[in-house]
Amino acid sequence: MRQIEFEKIVSTVESLCIASAHELPADVLTAIEDALQKESNPAAAKILKQLIENAGIAKGEKIPLCQDTGLAVVFIEQGCEVFVKAGNGKTLFDAINAGVAAGYKNGFLRKSIVADPLNNRKNTGSNTPAVIHHEIVPGDKLKITVITKGTGCENKSRFETFNPTVGKEEIIEWIVDVVKQAGADACPPLIVGIGLGGNFELSCLLSKKALLRNLQQKNSDRFYAELEAELLARINSLGLGPQGLGGDTTALACLIETAPCHIGSLPVAVNIECHSHRHKSAVI
Amino acid sequence: MGQTKKLQPPLADSIVRSLKAGDEVLITGVIYTARDMAHKRLCEAICRKASLTGDAGQKLPFELEGAVIYFVGPTPPRPGRVIGSAGPTTSARMDNFSPKLIAKGLKAMIGKGYRSDEVRDTLKKYGAVHLSAIGGAGALLSKHILSAEVIAYEDLGTEAIRKLQVVDFPAVVAYDSHGNTIYKL
Repeated sequence: MRQIEFEKIVSTVESLCIASAHELPADVLTAIEDALQKESNPAAAKILKQLIENAGIAKGEKIPLCQDTGLAVVFIEQGCEVFVKAGNGKTLFDAINAGVAAGYKNGFLRKSIVADPLNNRKNTGSNTPAVIHHEIVPGDKLKITVITKGTGCENKSRFETFNPTVGKEEIIEWIVDVVKQAGADACPPLIVGIGLGGNFELSCLLSKKALLRNLQQKNSDRFYAELEAELLARINSLGLGPQGLGGDTTALACLIETAPCHIGSLPVAVNIECHSHRHKSAVI
Repeated sequence: MGQTKKLQPPLADSIVRSLKAGDEVLITGVIYTARDMAHKRLCEAICRKASLTGDAGQKLPFELEGAVIYFVGPTPPRPGRVIGSAGPTTSARMDNFSPKLIAKGLKAMIGKGYRSDEVRDTLKKYGAVHLSAIGGAGALLSKHILSAEVIAYEDLGTEAIRKLQVVDFPAVVAYDSHGNTIYKL
């Protein structure tokens, strides 16, 4: 059984948080550049250029891409032949939270987490706890993915259950309406993560997980690849444009993840992500 | 897009009334930061003031007459810098509070996204505007901020009220004082 030191996980998560806040992933930058080539509205094109400029300043001068450096969501894929050497009753989750706290402190990132949602809302001062999703996979590696998503777009995410007998048109209309309702508030151009199937909580998780796919990579299932393309075309025909100020570029991508579900339901979750789509992975 | 206009707070009524939805503006001078919790406290301070007789009420941390408020919670500055990333947050969350501040002389707000019908009516009634800055361009926008000083509610951390000196800070008039908006949907 392979061992990984507690401290190795702490330092890896710290680096991922800092890199995520400052470096727009290459696929997101490419998607914005591609959109700029196609954008017919001059004001919209100007905003897209400013987003590219913003990414350059963020990386070059170590200023976070966005002041909302997010709630740290951490996806862990742990090989079944690897374990974390912690001690003192500590766990992998403690290492992740220690890494998030270190990253937000040493990276000069904003601490945006309050300890209690309703009573007092006192800031924890460390941007912890992170939201952690853990799964066991084959092998002896540990994959850590940090997504530091802002709340302006997260607030616009929605869930709905449909009758199992509906057609795809009804679902498309609902998803397009969710994007329309999010509008300018969610910082378009957006990335739309969609979770289809599973149950109440799984569809929401899938909609977040969907965001982690490379934006230039099509869905591996042909039916869903076509659905993603149709959704993207419908969303961009809304004309909301960058920042909701008009234009052809309302979304950069629609990404679908699916799971088997109950005969009586068809859960659909939409996770709205802004253009400042920050995530970073490492494999230990 | 309309014309580009230069604004220097405090803003006079005539200047604000001349702004049209779609105009690009460049702001130079003093603006104040405030987001969710700071708005709640400012409005509580106004209510307490109104409920008291005489001038014993709570003093507001800055003069609202002609003022510009920027809805932002910046990242901490790296050593040697004045501020970190500083882009706008979602304006709609301030909808319940803004009318009270506009009635007290606030002339412009900088944020992103939509405002409520009540805010739009108040902009019209008192002569104020809502400006949109580019959400998610906090690194770029921070380059227009020359200084930042916490002047109230320090315990709120990033949500404290800061006095910012800005130069050519870019924004677009999203809602003007005549009931018009740049948003089409």
